[in-house]
Amino acid sequence: MRTIAIIGASLAGLRSAQALRRQGFDGRIVIVGDEVHLPYDRPPLSKDFLLGKVEAVPLADQEDLDAIDADWRLGVRATGLLSTQEVALSDGTTVEAGGLVIATGGIPRAISNTQVLRTLDDAVKLREALADANSVGIIGAGFIGAEIASSARSLGKEVTVVEALPAPLTRVLGAEMGAACGQLHGDHGSTLITGVNVDSVNIDGGINLADGRKVDADVVIAGIGTRPATDWLAGGPVKVDNGVVCDAGGVTNVKNIVAVGDVANCAGHRAEHWTSATEQAQIATRNLLAGDTVATHTNDGYVWSDQYGVRIQFIGRATTDVRVEDGSIEDRKFVATYRDAANPDDIVGIVAMSNARLFTRLRRNLK
Amino acid sequence: MIRACALTDLPPGEAVRVVGPHAPIAVFNSDGVLYAIDDTCTHQDASLSEGWLEGCFVECPLHAASFDLRTGAPTCLPAKRPVKTYPVVVKDGEVYVDAEVNKDVA
Repeated sequence: MRTIAIIGASLAGLRSAQALRRQGFDGRIVIVGDEVHLPYDRPPLSKDFLLGKVEAVPLADQEDLDAIDADWRLGVRATGLLSTQEVALSDGTTVEAGGLVIATGGIPRAISNTQVLRTLDDAVKLREALADANSVGIIGAGFIGAEIASSARSLGKEVTVVEALPAPLTRVLGAEMGAACGQLHGDHGSTLITGVNVDSVNIDGGINLADGRKVDADVVIAGIGTRPATDWLAGGPVKVDNGVVCDAGGVTNVKNIVAVGDVANCAGHRAEHWTSATEQAQIATRNLLAGDTVATHTNDGYVWSDQYGVRIQFIGRATTDVRVEDGSIEDRKFVATYRDAANPDDIVGIVAMSNARLFTRLRRNLK
Repeated sequence: MIRACALTDLPPGEAVRVVGPHAPIAVFNSDGVLYAIDDTCTHQDASLSEGWLEGCFVECPLHAASFDLRTGAPTCLPAKRPVKTYPVVVKDGEVYVDAEVNKDVA
């Protein structure tokens, strides 16, 4: 393999390039990114970036870029796979490569007349809109929605968050801990409305709820998840089903093509986490160079979120047997463990608010 | 010199966070040897004193960056810059940090 093309220039793509070099790959690396920016860190966008405390946080400095020594094709999209070794790009050119890393990420699900937050350009636009807004409506009370709500509240805006499910974050944390997280909104003067769908959003803001209620908002943001960016792979040789279908080592149905990050549906699961993107990059590139699946990764499901001055950390999987081990939900400082239904002594998941110390210790005992 | 704590309050495997003149400092007891470094991870805002101590290394509790307590150097991504290290002195059963001496990693 003399050339490896990495399609996607965010965290998973960058880490893949670094991992290839670290493993001794001295061929040519081409990195294609649809954004014009060099890789930057996305998590700060919903927090310190919106608050104006930081600008774009680069993921690679000049020394890193020199070490990667890649041919960067930025501001260019991959439009299709012409074969298992040739990628068509939006500028009319093609890239031939013996190995391919698919790292195209996700595309936020959209609602008309709302903004989304995924890219740096999204964040710039949102920050400008927030500057002129008095009231902010957020559809979806997941981590990103809650973080934007927290930032908007810090900026002195009137904030309303609308969540379709009875409690936020139910799918990740379970109903009880999701509800605990939801209480942070009220603690800090934001309004959380749960259990109701959004009918539509008006062109001048304002959310029309399915039960007839209306929410005033100068700016409305949708934080309702993403879909994998696989449109460009349609009809091609790589199998797609809720992401790029790959095994637990990131290898697709085509041996010289691997997938990493939010776009990768690894062994039936699409992780969409910052930490898993990094881990997958190490393993998938190793398999790519080996020409077969010689290593697999285990997705531990680790996520964190900073909102309203509280740090939430979660790892593993949620069950209905959840026990507060230290602190209390009322104090917004606690650690709780999720127990296996069949073996309640087994800790299969952990959630913490503002107790990184105990969280970090308990995660060592995770089954 | 800043008093960190009584030595008895810092058993092996434990860490304390103390207010430094410029930034918070974390003091670790690694199997009986004491080390002091800047408490805040150089990657993103997290307290290393809450991290996982293993031998002479501490792993950040937020994104698992790891630092060598002896030199302050990061041993893996996502951290790239070192943390500062400080001399630790034990006198009359009390742990002190010499926060005026900032040793940058060479």
